[in-house]
Amino acid sequence: MAFIPHTEGDVADMLAAIGAASIGELFDEIPPGLRVDELPGVPEAISEMAITRLMQARAAQDQGALCFIGAGAYEHHIPAAVWEITTRGEYYSAYTPYQAEASQGTLQLIYEYQSMMASLTGLDVSNASLYDGASALAEAALMAVRANRRSKARRILLPRTVPPVYARVAEAIAGTQGIEFCRVDYDTASGTTPVAALAPWENEDVTAVVIPQPTFLGSLEAVDALTDWAHARGALVIAVVNPLSLALLKPPGQWGAAGADIACGEGQPLGVPLSSGGPYFGFMTTRASHVRQMPGRIVGRTVDLDGKPGFTLTLQAREQHIRRSKATSNICTNQGLMVTAATIYMSLLGAEGLARVAASSHANTRRLVDALSALPGVERALSGPCFHESVLRFDRPVGPVLEALATRDVFGGYDLTTDFPELGHALLVCATETKTAEDIAHYAGALADVLKQQKVA
Amino acid sequence: MTEPLIFEHSRAGRFARAQAPVVREEVELPADCLRAEPPVLPEVSELQAVRHYTRLSQRNFSIDTHFYPLGSCTMKYNPRACNTLALQPGFRGRHPYAPASHSQGFLACMFELQEMLKGVTGMQAVSLTPMAGAQGELAGVLMIRAYHHARNETHRNEILVPDAAHGTNPATAVMCGMKVVELPTDADGDVDIAALEQAVGPNTAGIMLTNPSTVGVFERKIEQIAKIVHGAGGLLYYDGANLNAILGKVRPGDMGFDVIHMNLHKTFSTPHGGGGPGSGAVGVGARLQPFMPIPVVGREGDRYRWQDEKDLPQSIGRLSGFMGNAGVLLRAYIYMRMLGQEGMRQVGEFATLNANYLAARLKAAGFELAYPRRRASHEFIITLKRMAKDQGVTAMDVAKALLDYGFHAPTTYFPLLVPECLLIEPTETESKEALDGFIDAMCDIMERAVRDAEHLKGAPWTLPVRRLDDVRAARQLDVAWRPGSVDA
Amino acid sequence: MSEVPSELKYTSDHEWLRVEDDGNVVVGVTDHAQAALGELVFVELPESGSEVAQGDACAVVESVKAASDVYAPVTGEILGVNEDLADTPEKVNQDPYGDGWLFRMRLVDPDVLGELLDAEAYQALLDELD
Repeated sequence: MAFIPHTEGDVADMLAAIGAASIGELFDEIPPGLRVDELPGVPEAISEMAITRLMQARAAQDQGALCFIGAGAYEHHIPAAVWEITTRGEYYSAYTPYQAEASQGTLQLIYEYQSMMASLTGLDVSNASLYDGASALAEAALMAVRANRRSKARRILLPRTVPPVYARVAEAIAGTQGIEFCRVDYDTASGTTPVAALAPWENEDVTAVVIPQPTFLGSLEAVDALTDWAHARGALVIAVVNPLSLALLKPPGQWGAAGADIACGEGQPLGVPLSSGGPYFGFMTTRASHVRQMPGRIVGRTVDLDGKPGFTLTLQAREQHIRRSKATSNICTNQGLMVTAATIYMSLLGAEGLARVAASSHANTRRLVDALSALPGVERALSGPCFHESVLRFDRPVGPVLEALATRDVFGGYDLTTDFPELGHALLVCATETKTAEDIAHYAGALADVLKQQKVA
Repeated sequence: MTEPLIFEHSRAGRFARAQAPVVREEVELPADCLRAEPPVLPEVSELQAVRHYTRLSQRNFSIDTHFYPLGSCTMKYNPRACNTLALQPGFRGRHPYAPASHSQGFLACMFELQEMLKGVTGMQAVSLTPMAGAQGELAGVLMIRAYHHARNETHRNEILVPDAAHGTNPATAVMCGMKVVELPTDADGDVDIAALEQAVGPNTAGIMLTNPSTVGVFERKIEQIAKIVHGAGGLLYYDGANLNAILGKVRPGDMGFDVIHMNLHKTFSTPHGGGGPGSGAVGVGARLQPFMPIPVVGREGDRYRWQDEKDLPQSIGRLSGFMGNAGVLLRAYIYMRMLGQEGMRQVGEFATLNANYLAARLKAAGFELAYPRRRASHEFIITLKRMAKDQGVTAMDVAKALLDYGFHAPTTYFPLLVPECLLIEPTETESKEALDGFIDAMCDIMERAVRDAEHLKGAPWTLPVRRLDDVRAARQLDVAWRPGSVDA
Repeated sequence: MSEVPSELKYTSDHEWLRVEDDGNVVVGVTDHAQAALGELVFVELPESGSEVAQGDACAVVESVKAASDVYAPVTGEILGVNEDLADTPEKVNQDPYGDGWLFRMRLVDPDVLGELLDAEAYQALLDELD
């Protein structure tokens, strides 16, 4: 019996203590007509050795390509120590730290994480995580509606430069709660949101303005001007940021004259493997004055009965297990283990290490763009600076090019045609610090090959 | 012994050089985009970080180190193979937008997981994308809403929820724009049928139920409940928090549920991780299949591919940036393959055996069961109201005292309708010796309550900290360390 | 035994009202309510100048174990709130009928005061709860 320790003698003794003749008798309150014997679709058990063989084969099947896709999930080097420590049973197999005395390790770690995220984003307080970047934006929109009590419109301005899937997720989660997301157009030459694009809402009640930095297209928004526009009209500012970029870029807390009010985003770049899209973690930070509107768990430092410092979950009365239908969110389980990894990652790298990772990713992407745009039929699509992603425009449809590259074990980037048709045959590419000069040359060589063989449509 | 904050180990100029790029490359960005001051992050060596976080880990209880009978949370053993195999480079390094040509291994696992979950729940289709139980609930209620809207019954905006339900149920219903109608529980822990009949009507969108319920007993009138709710035009939502109790024995689909969410981090043994990641896959009956959250994995011939908006145009949409907590799903897949048909059945059987054994022994020792006339499911409730009245020792005191005996506390004060309660769930992976040790500790505590109540009221005594000042934590909010802040 | 001053009006949600000389009312939570909630850690108050209808949730009192809505006991305009509670929510515990007041309101319809409980009726309600 897999993972069940009972001997026949144990079962007999236990049934005797219960006063039941068989284990089956323990299910006698279930209407007999409902009981099942067969579970269709569930095969017979296999051993650990057999599942190991199977999973090794399946993992190997998907392995080995050189990946230049970013689009919200980024391949970074993860120090070996990060997951060695994170998967220690004491972190891996613990529950949510409700029993503070028996959870000081996780609680102190989360406090340290909150401190790091607050500093990275330039804001006062952080929660203990949300599910992922996309759902964090949905929660930030809901939070802005609670926090901006002067606005009655429940209207959030959402630039098209925010990752398209974030907009879809925000709509799915928050759209049914009466929140209106208004899409703001962008300048196709620079891939950024001009302040003029906000003009239609000049005299409207706006609850909050979302500002991405960098944008989904890799470009950099004029965050100061956009922030000041929002604040001048009584709207809050929600920053959607890549936490790694904040090693170099101005933190949301310093945007414009007053700083963004809420920062959120995808925590994956901080030591979390790509892993097919999850588990990642969403982060959220805000000003101290909005802390009670922030969803999710928060750890605070306090003292015990003897006056000794210790850590505990705080502000729990906002949460679903106490406030039930009036909670700030229904979130319960979050992404604790991912936060453990991110905290260890940030500790190992520090500000200098993080800045080096960010700078190398920035430099490699520039090198990649230079190499690829030197090929005939490929050009840079956007003017202006980028962080670690950039858009290339092709003289032919991108889909077949990507397919041909994949047969050469190169993942060439993210096809923008569906979400950004106005950019033409556009491809989003990314080269993080993990890519060497040889990798970039290999991609350029493969692409040159493909372009030569394929006819322009 | 306290462990200093990681920041207190910092020295300017120090970092784990082996982990970062060798040089800091030039950055060509406009000055007004850049930050003036670097963020305040730890400045430590690799050894210092490893030692600090290893030491912190030792200040946790966990399944790997302690019996953890936390009711409603299913703290069963998390097999190590699930973790090791899910972290292989081919899975760990796969980009979510990798082309289907290079994803067949992963997609095969996901497709088979969908099929297995259909089999154990008796549902028509499964979507794996929700990232936690609460998000699975959100998906479920959004599907119910979408179903009614598609039928032009937009006025159906009431969700029935038993008063003993998990707090996420009413919170989720409100997030979906629903009104919550609370249903009372009768003296034996079943839903009050008369009240249900009163409550349903033309505005009923559905009911959210856990079965076995949060009071640890099987809802015997489930077929009658299904008939009443369906008769009123509503749908039935199954909260999978307690699926472990009935795994392999009875299936939500057969009970009449239209939609369920499963907590893979409970029933299918993926790690709780100190508070996530979870995974809240949803299963649906035929009526709700068109509304499932995307993406889901489809098979065409021997090829697998993601199905999206084009395949499911009526979908409630996307709930995550990519495709849910894929790494968690892989762990659940591996676990289910190792258990197989027979193993699934044994989960429900031995979880129930362990709970009934603990309940019987504790009852014999003089503890009061909240529902003494009922069979325990995979968990049960004892009420300590007599001890609270006679000795002033509360459920919280007993919970804290158990920590000194090396046992994690059961769930306390939930469900709210049972005074001074402990909700105890041993799970199937605990041995009889572990259960006997817990029973001995409980008996010892009961005896000590009479002899030395003060000791219990001050517990725990042997942990890294004693009870913490929650009021101070909330009033003098200290949620982030800053340079120069005084270290208490 | 909780205190129930005889000169005040009460609601069944454990709120009190004091009618001022100018006809405006001061609103707070009762001694019974503060004791049931336990030590308060935060009080969320309405915006001055906002209009509220009788029964609207317009404030929240929060302890470590519970957060309860405070409902507008009458329809009217919020004239001012007790700013001191931002830093010292414990005043509601220490002096619920005095320094722990929550907000002041202008009444739309003074007649509704007659529909509220007097001290005797509220005391009877409390006796029933025991």
